[in-house]
Amino acid sequence: MIDGFVALYIFMLAAFVGYEVISRVPVILHTPLMSGSNFIHGIVLVGAMVALGFADTTLEKVIGFVGVVLASGNAVGGYVVTERMLEMFKRSKDGDRDEE
Amino acid sequence: MSLDTLIAGSYFLAAILFILGLKAMSSPAGARRGIVWAGLGMVLATVVTFFWPGMKPENLLLIGAAIIVGGVPAWISGRRVAMTGMPQMIALYNGMGGGAAAAIAWVELLRGGHGGEEFGWTVIALAVTGALIGAVSFSGSLLAFAKLEGWLKRSLRFAGQNVLNLVILLVAAGAGVLVIMGVSGPWLTVFIALALLLGITLTMPIGGADMPVVISLYNALTGLAVGLEGLVLDNAAMIIAGTVVGAAGTLLTQLMAKAMNRSLGNVLFSAFGETAAEGDEIEGSMKPVEAIDAAVMLGFARQVIIIPGYGMAVAQAQHKVWELAEALMKRGVRVKFAIHPVAGRMPGHMNVLLAEAGVPYDLIFDEAEINPEFPKTDVALVIGANDVVNTAARTDTASPIYGMPILDADKANNAIVIKRGKGTGFSGIENALFYEDRTRMLYGDGQAMCAELIRAVHEI
Repeated sequence: MIDGFVALYIFMLAAFVGYEVISRVPVILHTPLMSGSNFIHGIVLVGAMVALGFADTTLEKVIGFVGVVLASGNAVGGYVVTERMLEMFKRSKDGDRDEE
Repeated sequence: MSLDTLIAGSYFLAAILFILGLKAMSSPAGARRGIVWAGLGMVLATVVTFFWPGMKPENLLLIGAAIIVGGVPAWISGRRVAMTGMPQMIALYNGMGGGAAAAIAWVELLRGGHGGEEFGWTVIALAVTGALIGAVSFSGSLLAFAKLEGWLKRSLRFAGQNVLNLVILLVAAGAGVLVIMGVSGPWLTVFIALALLLGITLTMPIGGADMPVVISLYNALTGLAVGLEGLVLDNAAMIIAGTVVGAAGTLLTQLMAKAMNRSLGNVLFSAFGETAAEGDEIEGSMKPVEAIDAAVMLGFARQVIIIPGYGMAVAQAQHKVWELAEALMKRGVRVKFAIHPVAGRMPGHMNVLLAEAGVPYDLIFDEAEINPEFPKTDVALVIGANDVVNTAARTDTASPIYGMPILDADKANNAIVIKRGKGTGFSGIENALFYEDRTRMLYGDGQAMCAELIRAVHEI
């Protein structure tokens, strides 16, 4: 159990982290960042799992099930497309190192 | 070590991996590593969640089944989709995340509490807010997906649209307040339905070229919704990851809007395009050119700057474009790529396509870096871009894109524009660049024209 204000502090600090991490990025990286952050909010999966895990009634189970389906689509799809896109970024000079 | 500690510790580690991963993604060289780290964090968090104490064993099976039902099609579609289809896939996956956040809120509100403890009104208020944001992001992203996929051709606009949106929002908020106050009745269902409707009516009028901003905005909203539901569930990993994405996404959205010199409110509520006919008439004519002549101009240039736009994506011309650039470089021409922040249908759309074709990222420049280069450039080659090179943005105060920073293709000695036909771009605005004396129009499909140019360059 996280105390109310501690949760609020986490919320605030995380907001600053998000802002700082992104603040000075070249345009070329907008895609990885957007796609990557799209993947990261796939963490909603763990919440959906817990919600479904404790569901009692059929209605709760149905909604919870849909929630987990959607969340895993977010996490898995987000990872696959981000990874595919980032795989392609390479540099011309001394670039062989970055290729795999 | 107790299970609680194991789970909390794993979430802590996952949160660190997410932040480090996101940080690594802000440099091209480290980006690949970043997504792998974040992926590890996700797997770790997901696996330990199966051991959450107190979950019903029969529900664990449901969870496993749901992960497979959601994950496998996402894996396959993500693997198969062409690079040109990336914007809609990102919109789709993002919408799913928003829907999941709304579903969590829905289940939690139905249950009314966890661990034998009833929710206080603050927690319910957080859940309701997260549900509203998540549901809007869900239906809005799905509509954006449908639009980008070409299922919905027209943007529906009518008078009083903003008023309607406001009414829906207020009624939804009212239903939300009733839920928070614990008034019994169908209010929770009404609330969710209205929130879903709001996402649709908000996204309906937004045109294709504004999609980068919209996708980025919904990404931020989903992050925020996830963070809020994290507060409801006391789940620190969700709070941190969701909020970091919410903040980062908001910043990215602002950058996008700024690149178009418009406010976010203007993008969302202005029904762009209706004012398009008001721009000044342009005098002069468009001057066509044959591929062979264009090839001569390119082949004997010292420096060429290539400006790709959405048309390149539609024509799937990125491979041919790079082949052309390589042919030119072999002749000793210096070739650079200039990318406008809002070219294409998502942030960085053009970067991805060029990267797919194999263009090294150190040949790619954004608008601020490349604009001083144009006066020293012999040929600016515009492929399927339109509004981002329209000089009317500088001069014509009546133009809807007035004030948008553009790529200075007109300042190069010559500009060659590859374009399918004589029509105007998405905004219906005439492009002043196309009428300049030093501009030549090469009419045809982007891919076919690049192929002709390559052949011609080899011949000269």
